[in-house]
Amino acid sequence: MRDSAAEGPLDAEPGQPQEKFILRLYIAGQTPRSLTALANLRKICEEHLPGRYELEVVDLIMHPKRARTDQIMAIPTLVRSLPTPIARIIGDLSDSEQVLLGLNIQRKAVG
Amino acid sequence: MRAPTSTIAPQDILGKVPTGISGLDEITRGGLPYGRPTLICGSAGCGKTIFGLEFLVNGIQEYNEPGIFLAFEETAGDLAKNVSSLGFDLRTLEETNKLIVDFVHIDRSQIAVAGAYDLEGLFIRLQSSVDAIGAKRVVVDTLETIFSGFDNPGLLRDEIRRLFRWFKERELTVIITAERGEGRLTRQGLEEYVSDCVIILDHRVIDQLSTRRLRVVKYRGSVHGTNEYPFLIDDHGISVLPLSALGLNHEVSDVRISSGVAELDEMLEGKGYYRGSTILVSGGAGSGKTSLSCILADATCRSGNRCLYFAFEESPAQIKRNMRSIGLNLEQWLDKGILQFHASRPSLHGLEMHLVQIMRLIGEFQPDLVILDPISNLISMGSAAEINSILVRLIDHLKTLQITTFFGNLTSDAASEATEIGISSLIDTWLLVRNIESGGERNRGLYVLKSRGMAHSNQIREFQLTDNGVHLQKVYLGPGGVLAGSQRLTQESKEKASALLLDQEINSQQMQLDRKRKAMEARVAVLQAELMAEEEELKRHILIKKAEQKQVSKDRSDMGQRRQGGADANFQAESKERPDHA
Repeated sequence: MRDSAAEGPLDAEPGQPQEKFILRLYIAGQTPRSLTALANLRKICEEHLPGRYELEVVDLIMHPKRARTDQIMAIPTLVRSLPTPIARIIGDLSDSEQVLLGLNIQRKAVG
Repeated sequence: MRAPTSTIAPQDILGKVPTGISGLDEITRGGLPYGRPTLICGSAGCGKTIFGLEFLVNGIQEYNEPGIFLAFEETAGDLAKNVSSLGFDLRTLEETNKLIVDFVHIDRSQIAVAGAYDLEGLFIRLQSSVDAIGAKRVVVDTLETIFSGFDNPGLLRDEIRRLFRWFKERELTVIITAERGEGRLTRQGLEEYVSDCVIILDHRVIDQLSTRRLRVVKYRGSVHGTNEYPFLIDDHGISVLPLSALGLNHEVSDVRISSGVAELDEMLEGKGYYRGSTILVSGGAGSGKTSLSCILADATCRSGNRCLYFAFEESPAQIKRNMRSIGLNLEQWLDKGILQFHASRPSLHGLEMHLVQIMRLIGEFQPDLVILDPISNLISMGSAAEINSILVRLIDHLKTLQITTFFGNLTSDAASEATEIGISSLIDTWLLVRNIESGGERNRGLYVLKSRGMAHSNQIREFQLTDNGVHLQKVYLGPGGVLAGSQRLTQESKEKASALLLDQEINSQQMQLDRKRKAMEARVAVLQAELMAEEEELKRHILIKKAEQKQVSKDRSDMGQRRQGGADANFQAESKERPDHA
């Protein structure tokens, strides 16, 4: 599963470099919580990072070894490998405030 | 779920998984509960991680049960490095697919929480590892770390409960380690979830000496030793001292072994000690305890047996040098590998640690004779009751193994018979070396205070260390007590002198007698000669007289003839008949 959006600085703010986000979401099977997390993530990305994110969804049921190699404990886990430093957000991403804080994304519009 | 392993027991009986940790399997009567989690708790640095690793490594090497080490605290690389000194080669075990070390990295500063989650990732991880190598044993070190990584204790508790259930379903034998908490066994109360087996490790320092102890707090469905058992971590891993399980039913031997000193054997029925007996030699400083120990060691090695020598006072090199001065060459036995020295300062670690170490070395070396010289140095390490119980257990252990034990014990002369440690009842043969002070000298007197099962000598002998070994001399009893050293020599020469004198007297009297006899004989000879001379004289006189008589009678007859002619024949006859008439 890979969603790529077209590149392009859509809502660049002064002094904020337009970086590309590489995100990976780890889930364990198509559980309601996993689906919720995926939906929440898509929504946030489309809203705040349109066209400049890459999202990979890793289902650990299909790739159990990656749980170890990628240091996954909690499900769901969202990993931002770019921009550095690596950030991890766990949970079904229903708290979009925390997700934005965790990914270090500036709000598009305040209010 | 995988098929039950060979270690499984029938349904109703609790199966046990041997840990391979020396001593622990005896305490737990077989090991940890099969297919269940066991909680190992203790404060930092008490050996939890090593305990877990040894459980896994032994499982792989001795019981062919692959294992998983889930490390929350150390990375796989650090772990491998840290335990390589114990002889655990984790890398090789990993390469041969017998072991998986899974380092679980939790860094809270990198984790933001945004909504509901669970720890399914951990389960997937474990399952994947278990499947990869067919693991039967799992160690989780230290599970409680997750409480610092995630801030939802309620959820974590649920997940831990689920994890334990998960282990049980898969019949994995698991060790969970946890930090000791204030007023309870673990910080997060993990003991509430682990109901089968709980072991506490403890590392305490008493009088600046550290002692590690282990206690099985709980073992559901099994008998287990409930004492605190000392244990040791050294380059061979963990050794627990399972002491109190031993009883007084060891076999005894009638075989006698020489003490190495002919005169001492003589004092012990002429045969020496019993094999497997416990011998104590006590005495003051410089009374020759080490020499007696080494002589016995030498004699034992000479007869082809093995001797393990624990020196608490001197280095092996020093003992070797010193023993050369009394004509003992211990080097040859060391070279042959039948004599082994083990020297350590008593203050190196606590008494119990020493004993664990002693037991371990005995197990490895399989000696026929064990020498501890001197035990008094160990005694300074703990309270009397502690030492007594430890020594009882050590001696019992050695007796069970039929190992002869020789203790040296430094005593002040005054208290030499009181045995401050109160181990006299454990001792079979007790030699006492006393310094006898008299005549401006100190000499050593040795006697057999007791020797069970033999008619031993009641004499005090003078104990001499000479260039060619040890000798026991009979001592002299004088008015002031026993005489030893130069007093004995004086006494000896005195006796020699008086004997000589007596000899001379007898000789002279004999000579006098001879002389007297000769004188007497001479006198007899003179008298006889005189007698003979007189006899001769008298005989001559008689002859003269007779001749005279004859002449007279002849003259008379001549005269008669001249007077009467032929008529004098009768007269002649008459005169012959009566010569006295002449």
